[in-house]
Amino acid sequence: MDEKNTARAAAGTLLRVDDLCYESGSQRLLDHASFSLGAGLRTVVLGANGAGKSVLLRLLHGLLQPTSGRVSWAEAQGRALRQAMVFQRPVLLRRSAMANVIFALKLGRVAASACETRALTALSHAGLMHIARRSARVLSGGEQQRLALARAWALEPDVLLLDEPTANLDPTATREVEDTIMRIHAGGARIVMTTHNLGQARRLADDIVFVHQGRVTEHTPASTFFAGPKSAEAVAFMQGEIP
Amino acid sequence: MNLRTSGRKALPRFLAVLCCVAAFSAHPEDKYIVVASTTSTEQSGLFGHLLPAFERETGIKVRVVALGTGQALDVARRGDADVVFVHDEAAELKFLAEGWGVKRYPVMYNDFVLVGPKADPASIAGGKDIVDALRKIDAAKAPFVSRGDNSGTYAAELRYWKLAGVDLARDKGPWYRDTGSGMGPALNTAAAMNAYILSDRGTWLNFKNRADLVILVQDDPRLFNQYGVMLVNPAKHPQVKKEFGQQFVDWVISPEGQQVIANYKINGEQLFFPNATR
Amino acid sequence: MNTLGNSFIAAYELIARADPTLLAIIGLSLRVSLSALFIATLVGAPAGALVAIADFRGRRAVIVVLNGLMGLPPVVVGLLVYLLLSRAGPLGELGLLFTPGAMVIAQAILITPIVAALTRQVVEDAWTEYRELLTSLRATLWQAVVTLLWDTRYSLLTAVLAGFGRAMAEVGAVIIVGGNIAGVTRVMTTTIALETSKGDLPLALALGLILILLVMLLNAAAFATREWSAARHG
Repeated sequence: MDEKNTARAAAGTLLRVDDLCYESGSQRLLDHASFSLGAGLRTVVLGANGAGKSVLLRLLHGLLQPTSGRVSWAEAQGRALRQAMVFQRPVLLRRSAMANVIFALKLGRVAASACETRALTALSHAGLMHIARRSARVLSGGEQQRLALARAWALEPDVLLLDEPTANLDPTATREVEDTIMRIHAGGARIVMTTHNLGQARRLADDIVFVHQGRVTEHTPASTFFAGPKSAEAVAFMQGEIP
Repeated sequence: MNLRTSGRKALPRFLAVLCCVAAFSAHPEDKYIVVASTTSTEQSGLFGHLLPAFERETGIKVRVVALGTGQALDVARRGDADVVFVHDEAAELKFLAEGWGVKRYPVMYNDFVLVGPKADPASIAGGKDIVDALRKIDAAKAPFVSRGDNSGTYAAELRYWKLAGVDLARDKGPWYRDTGSGMGPALNTAAAMNAYILSDRGTWLNFKNRADLVILVQDDPRLFNQYGVMLVNPAKHPQVKKEFGQQFVDWVISPEGQQVIANYKINGEQLFFPNATR
Repeated sequence: MNTLGNSFIAAYELIARADPTLLAIIGLSLRVSLSALFIATLVGAPAGALVAIADFRGRRAVIVVLNGLMGLPPVVVGLLVYLLLSRAGPLGELGLLFTPGAMVIAQAILITPIVAALTRQVVEDAWTEYRELLTSLRATLWQAVVTLLWDTRYSLLTAVLAGFGRAMAEVGAVIIVGGNIAGVTRVMTTTIALETSKGDLPLALALGLILILLVMLLNAAAFATREWSAARHG
């Protein structure tokens, strides 16, 4: 991951995105996106499928390099922000649930003595202690996604990015994942999450970044947005979407 | 992800493992020599009979690499063998003249036989004249399988064609099958094709896949096939085991070794006739 | 076909009386091929994984070459190794020619590309799944290689077995660098070649049947291990 986009943003600002563009082949997937996020909140990046939400999230995390424009994360106490990401499909190794969490901690250069404790703590926060020793790949979809969350949580990130984390889950599992996200946020991590699900956005968002066909059409606090969105595209989206 | 270092195929690691492999194959304290010989001495079973006697006497193990005469001499030229034991006097003398060998000792002789199909299209059965037989085969354009390699047997075959006045380059046709192979595989081919073939008696007696082939011509004195033994010249190849190699040479031409050679029989028939002169 | 029938009987008899020469030959075959397989996996698996994951100039050319090397003719490898290890050659000082060590080297050269090329394919397929996660967790190139090799271990088993099969089956390389010396460098395949050239076809075929049986048994064992492990770990 490239650190060259990390810069000291304005005080209180966590993230600044300036004129961000991303092209793949001849397609422009993100077009001059500009917005900034403050600290402490749960931001939901909302939009239809193919709007460019996932691309935006990957650009923020550093998985993709922008074609032009900048992503600037703030620093915390003189060091870069720790980020963790949870993907739509949980990617787990062929080992036990616990071993998966420890794997991430080891890569994060956590001291060997602390790994097991932190892993167990994260698993218990996610309500997964009963399957700690079970092979991760045989868990249910919901359990796997919660394990991915536990893994991210164990890293004690400053920012947690999530890309449509419940898109493949049933309502019960979705609820459990959302609860876990709330708890992680309560623990001090900043949340940036994409979804196309209006109901989920209503439940979780403090503010909304709305994306339509590669453009960020608005960035408003959630209460304002759901009362009446500013952009025509967002209005159309609200009318067409199943809550 | 970017590749920062250049090590792609871990070549240095492989070479390091090579040294471990060298250790794996090192035989500690084993006394042995490598003898490059022909397929006829191996496949006739002579070496299976001769070498254990030598090993019992001296404690030196003999590792035989069985190739054609030409290949055996080449292996020795490269220094990969300690002793050569082959049967092509002209090639051996050339080897000696080039300085690769120390001294040539005649060891034993056997004979060649002309083997062919029972049906005998060239009508040579029972003959005692190899040259005449080959002339008839050429005239009849009967199928004939040749070794076509650098072996003593092939060299002999070419000598006989020359004596018969046959110009192979001109007369060669589909009837003459140049297989480029050892005695055994060539016999297999001849058996499958029902063709004539020149073979040493030892390999023939030990050969199990005869099909319709039988001995048709033998006992021509010209079919006599002399074997010689030479120590590879340590002056040219310092790593040659000259003491052990010389022990082998000395033993093989000694009355004892010669007796062991004479004792080797297949079905009561003696195959090799010792004729070493000191 | 009578020969085939005789061969089955001969094969059975050889096994039943545990013929010591046969056992020694089988033992040598296994030692040589398994040693070669060990080297080939040690070198080839990480190399294949590296090519799968890393981005470098000429990567596609390397993949093409690697795949092509799977078809290396054994007899050519034998010849090249012979020239290398001959006293007249650059590595002659090692005195490895006509020893099992030379056979291990030749077979290792032969099967490393197989293990590497198949590993590359397996790891590349897995990489599409794991890439974002490992990048997100800031794994180094080497950490990614090790993680992927371990996680794809069941699929890699197929690559390893392919290499093993090739090593056990080949005769062209070992006969040139080994010399088929009785009791020293004679393995199953070279013995079969020898018996064939002596015209003893039933024996040659019997040995062939035993060789096939041996390789099948080892494959079955590997398969069973895989099934048992997969059931446990998923």
